[in-house]
Amino acid sequence: MESNSVPVAGPVIEIKGLHKTYVTTDGRVDALSDVNLTISQGDIYGIVGMSGAGKSTLIRCINRLDTPTSGDVLYQGRSVTAMNRAQLEATRRKVSMIFQQFNLFMQRSVAGNIRYPLEIARVPSDKADKRVRELLKIVDLEDKLNAYPSQLSGGQKQRVAIARALASEPEVLLCDEATSALDPMTTQSILALLQDINKRLGITIVLITHEMAVIRQICTRVAILDGGKVAEEGPVDEVFVHTQSEAGKRLFGILPEAPDEDPDMPSLRIVFDGASAEKPIMSNLIKESGIAINILSANIRHLGGRQYGQMLIEMPSGPHEKETVVAYLTSHGMTVKEVNTK
Amino acid sequence: MSTDQLVHLLWTGLLETLRMTIPSTLFAYLIGMPLGVLLVVTRQDHIMPAPRFNAVLGTVINFLRSIPFIILLVLLFPVTRVVMGSGIGTRSVIFPLIISAFPYVARMVEGSLNEVDHGILEAAQSMGSTSWQLIRKVLIPEAMPSLVNGAAICMVTILGYTAMASAAGGGGLGTIAIIKGLNMRQSDIMYSASILLVLLVQIMSLAGAYSTKRIDHRNR
Ligand SMILES: Nc1ncnc2c1ncn2[C@@H]1O[C@H](COP(=O)(O)OP(=O)(O)O)[C@@H](O)[C@H]1O
Ligand SMILES: [Mg+2]
Repeated sequence: MESNSVPVAGPVIEIKGLHKTYVTTDGRVDALSDVNLTISQGDIYGIVGMSGAGKSTLIRCINRLDTPTSGDVLYQGRSVTAMNRAQLEATRRKVSMIFQQFNLFMQRSVAGNIRYPLEIARVPSDKADKRVRELLKIVDLEDKLNAYPSQLSGGQKQRVAIARALASEPEVLLCDEATSALDPMTTQSILALLQDINKRLGITIVLITHEMAVIRQICTRVAILDGGKVAEEGPVDEVFVHTQSEAGKRLFGILPEAPDEDPDMPSLRIVFDGASAEKPIMSNLIKESGIAINILSANIRHLGGRQYGQMLIEMPSGPHEKETVVAYLTSHGMTVKEVNTK
Repeated sequence: MSTDQLVHLLWTGLLETLRMTIPSTLFAYLIGMPLGVLLVVTRQDHIMPAPRFNAVLGTVINFLRSIPFIILLVLLFPVTRVVMGSGIGTRSVIFPLIISAFPYVARMVEGSLNEVDHGILEAAQSMGSTSWQLIRKVLIPEAMPSLVNGAAICMVTILGYTAMASAAGGGGLGTIAIIKGLNMRQSDIMYSASILLVLLVQIMSLAGAYSTKRIDHRNR
């Protein structure tokens, strides 16, 4: 996996004090409450959260498919909420979007789908044809030019949707659960494609998902959304290693309620903050100390020969055991926190 | 009546029926189609929300649709005379047929357009489409198979109305079946005209269903 370093660049999208309240017959739903985010040029910006956290609402406010109740979204410093129709239409050509359900035009061929953004921008026919072929090449579907969406697999459909979204030469690509309807293998190939588009074409990507794995795999920054609020935000490696919020811990699969089960067994949360992956630290610890350590949950990822992630362990009570373990782990470059029994 | 005479009578009737049905359907669509589009796109959750307008339009269309054709034919008589130059005859009956059918067409079109997945429209919106582009390049083409099916149904319905047009001297197969066949007790004329009408309806329905399937790219 390549490192996710980003060149320093200015903000493309700024979300400022965004609120969205839906009023339904059952009452009011505060889908977003005071969301503030800055998405910079070249980012693959992940927005993660449980179902109903407000992710779709947030991304839809960026291109004004939804209108915020209050607050603002700035695109290249210009208020999206204040734009008139013509300005909004022009902005939407520069801020494309793909969807979980692909949303292809079913009565248009693959070529016809990709051509649509060019048609509405009145690109001359011969130029449009050429562009369609280029785009099909980018998404690796050159042989499907004349196929219809109903003849394609889910992954192929999403590729067509991506090609269509790229037709207007956008600066930003919004992805709302773009891989959530796909199997793991296909998800990998779509994520690779998105990463490629980000690198090669310099397109800023805003990616919504409920899967932490997707964030870890391609995102540079992440915002964790919980109940319409940003629980945590920052570079992916940092947020991943120093998870602060309850929502984050839940999404990372660290189980804060585990210690309740056995109060006599102290639990420790170990943070792998780029420790060398060469040595099997945990097994060495068990071997050398002879302490029976029980691993409750682990979520470790290897990035460039180093380990990132967290592990939750429990061990027999006694100050001696705990001290030994903490000392050993600390000396091997790990951060150890006692998990407070609630 | 000789076979030749019968064939001639039926052929004339068939042409008259088509001369009423086809222009009526076309004009009913000319009026009903835009209204059907408006019924859909001005809904609160659609691409050009205008809920008050939508409610008024819906009410007017329901009102017009609730007037039975035969009543409308009579009520419209003075207007028909002014618009068509005459109150009776094959050509004149087209006017009440259009007035009677366009609200029906509007609802039919509305139903077809409602089948278009909202996500597809949102995708097109997200690409910076104008409302007009959404309607012309997405909403209508995506609904086309269903619209064609609806058009066939509308045509068959209007064909049914033409049989009642005999009340206004409309002519056609319906008139032949009723006046010559039923009233003058010539059962061969009545049955052959009726069978021809049934065949016509069958052909239109089948053609509609076939075209609908042909142009639909969704299931292959
Ligand atoms: N059009 C709507 N009308 C009413 N409530 C809505 C609407 N869209 C979303 N919501 C509500 O807003 C909240 C956030 O929804 P959403 O943004 O779709 O969440 P996510 O994409 O994170 O699953 C949910 O409680 C949802 O029920
Ligand atoms: Mg969602």
